[in-house]
Amino acid sequence: MNNKSNKVAQGVDFTMIWLYAIMVSIGILCIFMVEYRTGTNWVQSFLSGKTNYSKQLIFSGICAIVAIFILLTDSKLFTAFANLLYAFGIVLMLATFVLGKNINGSKSWIPLGGGFNLQPAEVCKIFTALALAKFISRQEVDFSKLRSQIIASIIAAAPAMLSILQHEMGLALVYSSFLVAMYREGLPGQILVIGSSFAVLVIATLVVEPNLLAIILTVIAAVLIFLLRKQFRRNKGLLTIIIGTWLLCVGIQRFVVPYIFNNVFECYQSTRIYSMVGKEYDCSLNKKSARKNPNEKAAHKPDDYNVRQSKIAIGSGGLLGRGFLKGTQTRGKYVPEQHTDFIFTSLGEAFGFTGCLVFLLLYLFMLFRIIKIAERQRSTFSRVYAYSVASIIFFHIAVNVSMTIGLFPIVGIPLPLISYGGSSLLTFTVLIFILLRLDADRQMVLR
Amino acid sequence: MPVFNQNRSRVVQIVFACVVLVIVGQLVNLQLFSAKYKLAADNNAFFRKVVYPDRGIIFDRKKKAILENAVSYDLIVIPADARGTDTLALCNLLNIDTVTYRKRMREIIFKNTSVKPSVFEALLTPEMYAKLNENMYKFPGFALNERSVRSYPYDAGAAVLGYIAEVDTGFLRRHKEEGYEMGDYVGRTGLENTYEKVLMGQRGIKRYIRDNRGRIQGPWENGAYDTTAIAGKNLYSSIDVELQKLGETLMTNKVGSIVAIDPKTGGILCMVSAPTYNPNYLTGNQRRKHFSDLFLDPRLPLLNRTIATTYSPGSTFKTVVGIAGLTEGVINEREMISCPGYFTGCGTGKPKCLDKGVFNFKEAVAHSDNTYFSTVYKRILDQRRYGSIDSSLAVFNKYAYSFGLGRRLGIDLPSEKKGNIPTPQFYRNPKVHGAYFHSCNIISNAIGQGEVSTTLAQLANVMAIIANRGWYYAPHLIDSIEGGDEFNMLEAYKTKHHTANHISDSVFEAVQDGMQAVVEYGTAVRSRIPGINMCGKTGTVENYAKVNGKVEKQIDHSFFGAFAPRENPKIAIAVICENAGQGAWAAAPIASLLVEKYLRDSISGTERKAMLEEFTKKNLIPALMRKAIAARDSSRQAKESEAAKKAMRDTSNIEEEPDIDIPPAAPVNNPPKPNKNKQQRTITTQAILPDDPRKFLPKRTASA
Repeated sequence: MNNKSNKVAQGVDFTMIWLYAIMVSIGILCIFMVEYRTGTNWVQSFLSGKTNYSKQLIFSGICAIVAIFILLTDSKLFTAFANLLYAFGIVLMLATFVLGKNINGSKSWIPLGGGFNLQPAEVCKIFTALALAKFISRQEVDFSKLRSQIIASIIAAAPAMLSILQHEMGLALVYSSFLVAMYREGLPGQILVIGSSFAVLVIATLVVEPNLLAIILTVIAAVLIFLLRKQFRRNKGLLTIIIGTWLLCVGIQRFVVPYIFNNVFECYQSTRIYSMVGKEYDCSLNKKSARKNPNEKAAHKPDDYNVRQSKIAIGSGGLLGRGFLKGTQTRGKYVPEQHTDFIFTSLGEAFGFTGCLVFLLLYLFMLFRIIKIAERQRSTFSRVYAYSVASIIFFHIAVNVSMTIGLFPIVGIPLPLISYGGSSLLTFTVLIFILLRLDADRQMVLR
Repeated sequence: MPVFNQNRSRVVQIVFACVVLVIVGQLVNLQLFSAKYKLAADNNAFFRKVVYPDRGIIFDRKKKAILENAVSYDLIVIPADARGTDTLALCNLLNIDTVTYRKRMREIIFKNTSVKPSVFEALLTPEMYAKLNENMYKFPGFALNERSVRSYPYDAGAAVLGYIAEVDTGFLRRHKEEGYEMGDYVGRTGLENTYEKVLMGQRGIKRYIRDNRGRIQGPWENGAYDTTAIAGKNLYSSIDVELQKLGETLMTNKVGSIVAIDPKTGGILCMVSAPTYNPNYLTGNQRRKHFSDLFLDPRLPLLNRTIATTYSPGSTFKTVVGIAGLTEGVINEREMISCPGYFTGCGTGKPKCLDKGVFNFKEAVAHSDNTYFSTVYKRILDQRRYGSIDSSLAVFNKYAYSFGLGRRLGIDLPSEKKGNIPTPQFYRNPKVHGAYFHSCNIISNAIGQGEVSTTLAQLANVMAIIANRGWYYAPHLIDSIEGGDEFNMLEAYKTKHHTANHISDSVFEAVQDGMQAVVEYGTAVRSRIPGINMCGKTGTVENYAKVNGKVEKQIDHSFFGAFAPRENPKIAIAVICENAGQGAWAAAPIASLLVEKYLRDSISGTERKAMLEEFTKKNLIPALMRKAIAARDSSRQAKESEAAKKAMRDTSNIEEEPDIDIPPAAPVNNPPKPNKNKQQRTITTQAILPDDPRKFLPKRTASA
């Protein structure tokens, strides 16, 4: 990057900048692989600004300028404006309900004119990270207290709730990544354990026959009671806890999960989740779809074309891949949305397992680097913010890659710095460079 | 405070690493251990295009191509691109209405999507191709696609050359290992079938990349893994196409067949099965319709009567009886046997003979004396030295077998019949003669009636054996295969077969004397060719047919077997004309004309030319067949006139059945729809048989 000025360059983590540059370059190459057709003059089309890869190149140029601009600012600015920006973000998100434009079925975009649209939920990630950092870093806040934890959760959950109201499940899920940052600051680990146990239970409900699962849960409870029978005298509450947990589990499995799938989720969402575990979801059970179009026939075909094609593309890569620009699935446009959400498939097909592994290790290195940066901060604000950035990026990577390889239902989450899209690239650039600005001033204690 | 939860950063790192590990695990599963994704990707993206090689060409003995490949054109359409097409203009060019157009489009889109090219009209006629080619700019989305079809330049040899047809599922099941696929064409009959392996060549495979909508993007790896198509090998046959053409002309409006063999090599010179059809009618886009026409024709034009029909050989069989008798010494050439009008040996008064008198061997052959050969046959069967009648018959049969009778000759055509040389076991069957089996029961075999039956090819081969004086090569159509006989298909035709018991030359001399006399002054004197010493033997075969459940005697089959010239035999021939009367009336003149044509290359002399004309024009379709044809035609006409009336009602509002006096065929000229049918039908009928079958004159005894 153009960090010629010594003052600006001082203390900036260049490893991170290199990683950033490499990732953006890989992204442009991947988009190039998707778009490229034999016989086209690629130099010309790179410069023409008409193809997606040349557009992405232009976006990255804009991002570089924004990055430099951020590095030139004072880091105190971010602490000062954190709450204001957060409030602004929330207002923007509320504004979408009035001004919102319908793009691909979700009413979460605000038209800016000139063909540009803004997705407030996307930008709000940055604001939320700043606001969360600001709140936790306040001197009077003791994060070990439940009250602070709840307030922090509300800060993170508010934009998520608004996203859900805008039918943007994917974006809403991203806000759960703030749990990682909060965990680092003292959120009890049990919450995460209970949360993941709940997830296991939900998945088991989908996969296993309801009655069989109830029997399994009962057996587990019975075995526990049998093993711990001697401790019941000393600890009367233990039996109650086990029986209570058992009741809760069976209740969730029997009533809560079906209720959520039938009444809370949209039909397509339930279908996607079911298709991921290889099952078909009967849309006639879904209350929302029944309400929407009672006369129309329910779609019975599992909605797994994308996942199937994506798995085929990645699976056909083998150990070493088909080679740069030689992927047949990429060339044949078999994977829908391949330049945005399914960009990982082009990499998987062209460079195979080896390429994917190197790519994922690069990402992991980047995440570890951010954690390292986080841990060397003197101020809580910077540390919380850094953890927020790490977990947001991590969450995007994990969900995006998992969905392309069939480990997660399809939610529209881009791969950070790789997927085509100006607003996504810009968001991550801003996230990362604010962190680098804060890191450059790590000797200061920011509140 | 920063130190407060320091250890948790480790936990976060471990969680990150674990999730990445899970992802890597799934990648290992997908990319390294699941071969099915690679397969699925190939199925997605590769389009295997089969490049069909040209089938081999078949040449006649003078290296003229008698079965070759011609370029034809298919009209191809990509429905998605055809929206701007001038539908009406296209329909006019193709002679279809817009309803048909829309129906076809719907079918194409249903079967093959709207983005892939499909055949809209296959195998365009040359006129249609020319018209379309000029106007293609009007029809975006349509294209003309070249394709190779079989063509028969001489319009001859349908039964011999055979035809190809698309493989069906049954064929694919039977030939699993040979790499056929749906849509392939395979030789179904004739030489196309026998030499399928040689003619088919080797298909080439081209791989293309296609996109998610099935559109071709270009060759894969620039065609590095493609295989090229290897054309089928050419075949050189022994057929003389001019002789074949003449034979087919002479057999116009006759039912029967001709086989001519080069006695020196066993190569078949011509092989005519009448009625025949123009083989080109089974190649065009009307193939299906023509095929069903031929298939349902009462004259059975698809039957190869030279090898797939067996007949009682009649008097031509007397040559074999005579040779056996002379060799076994039951008679000699000089012995005279008298005929009072019938055979006296059995006391039944049968068989009768036409010429009363006293005959030696030569005269008996010349006049085809039934009594003489019945006597010879009875003497063989009753010879004490053989033991029983069973062994006597076995002795005789040995002669018959060594003359190629009662066995398949191994001609290189499918569905050859064996014929029948009845064995003692056959007669000993209680249902036949059982204990009452004796020479008088089976005496009609002596004159080629009774249980003896042969194919015409076998008779031609007998003539070749007599011409060669005791040896033959198995008759065959293909002399050599271009580039060598890879599959040893011609091996069998290189073995020289000898007749049993080393029949002496003098015996053949005597038989040939008799056969020459047949033509010089005997039964077939009218068929003498001036300047050529031809040896022949007529046959007149009684035959019966079931009519309405009753067995009725039909007019005799006319047979003739011959070879020429006697001194240096170059052609051996056998002709049968079904229900044409005596051998001399039809079969012998036809054979003599063919022999002259082959030996002299033309028919000379006004008398002979007149004969050629006479026999070409003669209509000898058997009465039963005429009835069947008439019945078929009248039912068709009834249907057509019904359709015509209906069309009239549909197209105009005039009152029903306007004019009862209209002859059944007349209304078809007025409304357009049945008119088309009518045209097509008469075209095909003419193609099958040059003469309209309904115009024949019922008078046929004039030729007798």
